[in-house]
Amino acid sequence: MGNIQLFPVQGSTLAPEVDHLLYFFLAVSAFFTLLIFCAIFFLAIRYRRRAANELPEAGHTGYTLEILWSVIPFGITMVMFTWGASVFFKAARPPADAIPIYVVGKQWMWKLEHMEGRREINELHIPVGKPVRLTMTSEDVIHSFFVPAFRTKQDVVPGRYSTVWFQATKPGKYHLFCAEYCGTRHSGMIGWIYAMEPQDYENWLSGGAAQGSLAENGKKLFQDLACSNCHKEDNTGRCPALPGVFGSTVHLTGGATVKADEAYIRESILNPQAKIVAGYEPVMPTFQGLVTEDQVLQLIEYVRSIGAKPAPGSAPNSPASAEKPATPGAAPAKR
Amino acid sequence: MQLTAEREHYLNASYGLKSWLLTKDHKRIGLLYLFTITLFFFIGGAFATLIRLELLTPQGDLVSDDVYNRLFTMHAIAMIFFFMIPSIPAVLGNFFLPIMIGARDLAFPRINLLSWYLLVAGGAFALFAMIAGGVDTGWTFYTPYSTTYANGWVIATALGIFIAGFSSILTGLNFIVTVHRMRAPGMTWFRMPLFVWANYATSLIQILGTPVLAVTIVLLFVERVFHLGIFDPARGGDPVLFQHLFWFYSHPAVYIMVLPGMGVISEVISTFSRKPVFGYAFVAFSSVAIAVLGFLVWGHHLFVSTQSAFAGLVFSFLSYFVAIPSAIKVFNWTATLYKGSISFETPMLYAFGFIGLFTIGGLTGLFLAALGIDIHVTDTYFVVAHFHYVMVGGTIMAFLAGMHFWWPKITGRMYPEGWAKLSALIVFVGFNLTFFPQFILGYMGMPRRYHAYPPEFQVLNVLSTAGASVLAIGYLMPMVYFTWSLKYGKVAGANPWGATGLEWKTASPPPVHNFDETPIVTHDAYDYSTVHGEEIQVG
Repeated sequence: MGNIQLFPVQGSTLAPEVDHLLYFFLAVSAFFTLLIFCAIFFLAIRYRRRAANELPEAGHTGYTLEILWSVIPFGITMVMFTWGASVFFKAARPPADAIPIYVVGKQWMWKLEHMEGRREINELHIPVGKPVRLTMTSEDVIHSFFVPAFRTKQDVVPGRYSTVWFQATKPGKYHLFCAEYCGTRHSGMIGWIYAMEPQDYENWLSGGAAQGSLAENGKKLFQDLACSNCHKEDNTGRCPALPGVFGSTVHLTGGATVKADEAYIRESILNPQAKIVAGYEPVMPTFQGLVTEDQVLQLIEYVRSIGAKPAPGSAPNSPASAEKPATPGAAPAKR
Repeated sequence: MQLTAEREHYLNASYGLKSWLLTKDHKRIGLLYLFTITLFFFIGGAFATLIRLELLTPQGDLVSDDVYNRLFTMHAIAMIFFFMIPSIPAVLGNFFLPIMIGARDLAFPRINLLSWYLLVAGGAFALFAMIAGGVDTGWTFYTPYSTTYANGWVIATALGIFIAGFSSILTGLNFIVTVHRMRAPGMTWFRMPLFVWANYATSLIQILGTPVLAVTIVLLFVERVFHLGIFDPARGGDPVLFQHLFWFYSHPAVYIMVLPGMGVISEVISTFSRKPVFGYAFVAFSSVAIAVLGFLVWGHHLFVSTQSAFAGLVFSFLSYFVAIPSAIKVFNWTATLYKGSISFETPMLYAFGFIGLFTIGGLTGLFLAALGIDIHVTDTYFVVAHFHYVMVGGTIMAFLAGMHFWWPKITGRMYPEGWAKLSALIVFVGFNLTFFPQFILGYMGMPRRYHAYPPEFQVLNVLSTAGASVLAIGYLMPMVYFTWSLKYGKVAGANPWGATGLEWKTASPPPVHNFDETPIVTHDAYDYSTVHGEEIQVG
């Protein structure tokens, strides 16, 4: 039997905030629970039946009391709502300089990919003191990325990207759980988060077999799959040139516009007929089933990496390129 | 009223299996439901026992992971769809709602019998699925797991729930029409017992919410069998859409399960305090308010599902409104005790237990409605503990309160008070020992639906399993002494508690048509001056 532990470790900047919120809820709950328990106990003893034929007076309803015990709980719950929402919104918005990491969940393992190319399974190494942003998707069913020490979780849903971010505050080894039931070995879909001192993290990151960065692998894939035959850089192909597209606003056939983010690039690869760029024919075949979720992520990272380089004679939809960082794999494009 | 061996009542008016299986008497149908749901309670309980035994040790060693996943799925399906939802309305509501408003039966006796057959048919499908190999989707059937990946008897189980849903819809319809059309002369809306109000509010949810469940199951069927892309993104569907549809029914379903219990508690608290329920109108309308608000908060199950943060904000905000009618009920019940004449028979002990445990269950619901806490505790044992406090600490406590309260009326016999008080105590202690540690486990981070878990969670799990064995004893005892009392229990008079409802103005057990002559109501509910005197004949 393990040693008794009644409170989880605080491992992230969010953890103390969630815990403070919890203390407030615990205090309110303890107060009302004790109030009700004591009131019942006291009243039941004080007014216990003393004679079998006793008939108490009926009494009357006091509207003051009814209003009082409606308004007071309402006031308290609104404090709960506001505080709870503010913690959540802080947790929902990743800082612009967060380190991007990709996560693919599948029955029953976590695959994690760093920009620089290191890949991990059921383990994630992160630096302490720096925000980390995960972009996650699933190859099959819904999973959920849950790190109790960081007090956060986010569902990982097939067919879309979800994000979660955290900033570890002290080095350590923390549980990673899948929190959404996903089939037979759901309880085996677990792993470890290794929070490391930044220097150790840099060393770790540069170690391991050279596998090429995500963007480099994406570029290779872009050529292997012959994407480059149509998506010519000089915009002479049958399909739009991709440099400068990422993060820009794309004009579509029919007049609508769409922000070129991860979800849009993913959809354009797997379901190219869904949104056609204005001025182009719907000639692209689907790559559904031909590329894995990991490969889609590599392709997205490649498109992101060329997002900052305006192509010569570029498409009219790339003016936003200037505001994006030029280094592949550095800070993510502002979205 | 003198009870003689010759007096005809609903139990001895006719004999034989046929007289039961073709009965149109709401009281007999209530008992048919009682047998059915008791069966499912013990099936669900057996699954729970195996779950708790497996979780004694961190390793998955008692059963395999596939078996474990089937156990928690089938535990929930048996307990929710075939025990909890029909429990209080279809047993006690069926039996007492018509009598409490002075009616001879429900408005549609044949439909009432059909409702029972539908539950049995649905239950048969679910039982078949369990015996044939089970289903492992969780009772929530989340897609695309349930439509594309699960190997179990998904369709048979879903079909069983689909059919049982119509039982629920028709019962709700029957209750609503009965309350509108069949009240005795003088039984105005604001003279109705609060149990009737609670069941009326429940019926509204049943007829408005359950069809959405039926639609959802049809869509699940269409995708799983015909491979149409509705929820599976690989086929162009949206997996989160399923969660919206599912919780649009299943959150209100929580109130289908708990509102009737609140009605029972109002009756019991009033009777054993000999006082009208404090704030009658507030308690009555709070049931309706809970029924209406229940439809506006489903999105609080989806805070981490990729639902937009702003939708989360709105659903969190709306969820807090449910706290108000719930708080009104708890405060009014407590205030009813003030200057009352309180006695401590078993139903009252269960009612005290209900108030305490529902208070904890309700307050921990506030934690889950808070976005900042929910992202940590959702899908952990904190949620498991929370809904067991509401469902088991609330509804089952209320069901047992009601069973003890009305047992003399249903059977004409008293249950043994000493044994019953002991069982109430054992249930209370066992319940808390089982489920309180799970709040801590959840905050520690133990995810729900885990077959194996890290060793640091073991101590709390052992406590929980120990509690479950105590709880099991507490639940088995009433089975034994209720059965015993049928033959050996003290013969009950018409009104052993000195209660006010019309059900206590007729004989125990009631005659076939409930009343020898249609009662005329001249007083408000809970007017104890009307029963004071020779009719109060306490033990």
